[in-house]
Amino acid sequence: MESLALSLVKSFPALSAAPMWAVSLALMVTAGVVVLVFALTFEGVGSLVLRKVAGDIQARIGPNRVGPNGILQFLADGVKLVLKEDLIPEKADRFLFKLAPYLVFVGSFAAFVVVPFGVGLSPADLNIGVYYVMAVTSLVVIGVMLAGWASNNKWALLGGMRAAAQIVSYEIPVGMALIPAVLVAGSLSLQDIVRSQGGLLGLFGWNLFHNPFTFFSFILYFTAAQAETNQTPFDLPEAESELVSGYNVEYSGIRFGLFFLAEFGDMFIVAALATACFLGGWNVPFFNAALLPPLWGNLLSLGVFLAKAFLMVLVMMWVRWTLPRLRVDQLMRMSWKYLVPLTFVNLLGVSLWLLLFRGKGIPQMIASVFG
Amino acid sequence: MARFLESVNFADPYFPVLILLAIALAMAVGFVLLSQALGPKRYDRIKFGVYECGVDPLTPAAVRVSVKYYLVAILFILFDLETTFLYPWAVLFRSLGLFGFIEMAVFVGILLVGLVYAWKKGALEWQ
Repeated sequence: MESLALSLVKSFPALSAAPMWAVSLALMVTAGVVVLVFALTFEGVGSLVLRKVAGDIQARIGPNRVGPNGILQFLADGVKLVLKEDLIPEKADRFLFKLAPYLVFVGSFAAFVVVPFGVGLSPADLNIGVYYVMAVTSLVVIGVMLAGWASNNKWALLGGMRAAAQIVSYEIPVGMALIPAVLVAGSLSLQDIVRSQGGLLGLFGWNLFHNPFTFFSFILYFTAAQAETNQTPFDLPEAESELVSGYNVEYSGIRFGLFFLAEFGDMFIVAALATACFLGGWNVPFFNAALLPPLWGNLLSLGVFLAKAFLMVLVMMWVRWTLPRLRVDQLMRMSWKYLVPLTFVNLLGVSLWLLLFRGKGIPQMIASVFG
Repeated sequence: MARFLESVNFADPYFPVLILLAIALAMAVGFVLLSQALGPKRYDRIKFGVYECGVDPLTPAAVRVSVKYYLVAILFILFDLETTFLYPWAVLFRSLGLFGFIEMAVFVGILLVGLVYAWKKGALEWQ
C-alpha cells in the first residue's frame, strides 16, 4: 500500500501537497470499499445463481419474475429485508441477540482481506495469510452459539449447539488439509503460495498436480470446507425439516440478512482458498501474466482468479443440490473417524515426498527428463 | 490530532485489516439502522413471543444439552492446538530437513495414539 501511495504521488505531483498519511489512508479506504462492494455483489448474485442452479437441477424454473429472467431478484430480496420490522423477541437476551449477527458478518468479511485477487492485488498481503483466515473464520462459531443461546428458543439453542460442534469438528481437517500448500511454498502468505505454483505452462505447476498426496489433500479440503460452511450434505445446523432453520430461527429482517450474507461470503472464501492453495491462484494457464504491461497483467490475473473461484462456487452448489443430508452421528463419524486420521496420514505423505524428492513434484520431474 | 496521525505507521500490513473491519462493521450497523428507520413498528404479543411452530412453549428454552457437545469441544481444543503447532513447522520444513520430519512424525504419532484412545473409549460415538 505504501509503495502504491508513493508511486501515486510521483505520477500526480498535485498530490504531494497532501500529507503522506492522507494519501495512504484514502487508498486503504478505497480498497476497503471496493472489496466490500465486491463481497456484497457476490453475495447477492450468488444467492440468485444458487436458486437458479437449484431450479435447473430439480427440473423447475427458479426465480423468473423480477426483471428479465429474474436477474433482479436479489435486489428485490435485499430491499425487502431492509423494509421489514426490526424484531427482537421479548424473552431474548437483547444485547447478545444484537451482537451475534455483527460477529458472524464481520468474521466472514475479515477473511476477504487476504484473498490474493491478482498479481499484487491483495487488500493486505499478510505474512500469516492462511493462518489469519483460519483464525478469523472461527469467529463465526462464537456468533452462531451466541445467536442460538440469546434467542431463548429450543430450536435455536439446539441448532446453535449442532452448528458449533460441526464447525469446530471440521475446522481441524480444513486446517490440516491446507498445510501441504504451505509445505510446498514454505510460506504462509497467500501471494507466496500462489507464486510458488507458477511456471510449467502455468498449469502443471499447480499444487493439485504436484504429487498424489497434494491431489488427495485438495479433495479432503473441499469436503471438510463444504461441511465447515454448512453446505447441504452437511447442513444439519439448519435442517429445515427438523430444526426449522436452526440458530437463526428467531431472526428476521436485516439481522437475518447479515447471517445470510455471511454464509455466501464463507462460500467465496472456501472457493478462493481452494483456488489459491491448490488451483494455481491467479496464474494464467499457458501464459505468463507477469510479462504483460503492469495494468493488463493485473487485470488478466484478476479475471483468471475470479473465473477459477466462481467455478469452485458452482461445484459447491452442484454438490449441495445433489447429495442428501447426513445424520448427526454420521456427520461426527465422518469428521473424527475418517477426515482427521486421513489428513494426518496425508500430511506425513506430503512431507515424506518433499523430503525424498527434494521438493520436486511429478510435473517438474517429467519436465527435467525432457530437458 | 495531526501529531497522532504522523505517528501512526501506515506501512504496517495490519493497518488495512483494521480499516476493512471498521468499514464492514459500519456497514452492518448502517443496514440495521436503516431497517429500524424504514421498517414498521407494530406490537403484537404473539409476534414477540417464542416461535415454536404455533404452540405456546410449556418449558423454559434452556434445555439440557447432551454432554457429547462438551466432549467435542475438548477434543477440538487438543487437535486445534496441534494444528496451530504444525503451521510454523510447515513454514520451516525445508530448512529443518530429516530432523524436522522425524520430530513431526513423533508428534503426530503421539496425537494419533490419543485419537485411537478416544476412539476406543467411545468418545467419538454420537449415540
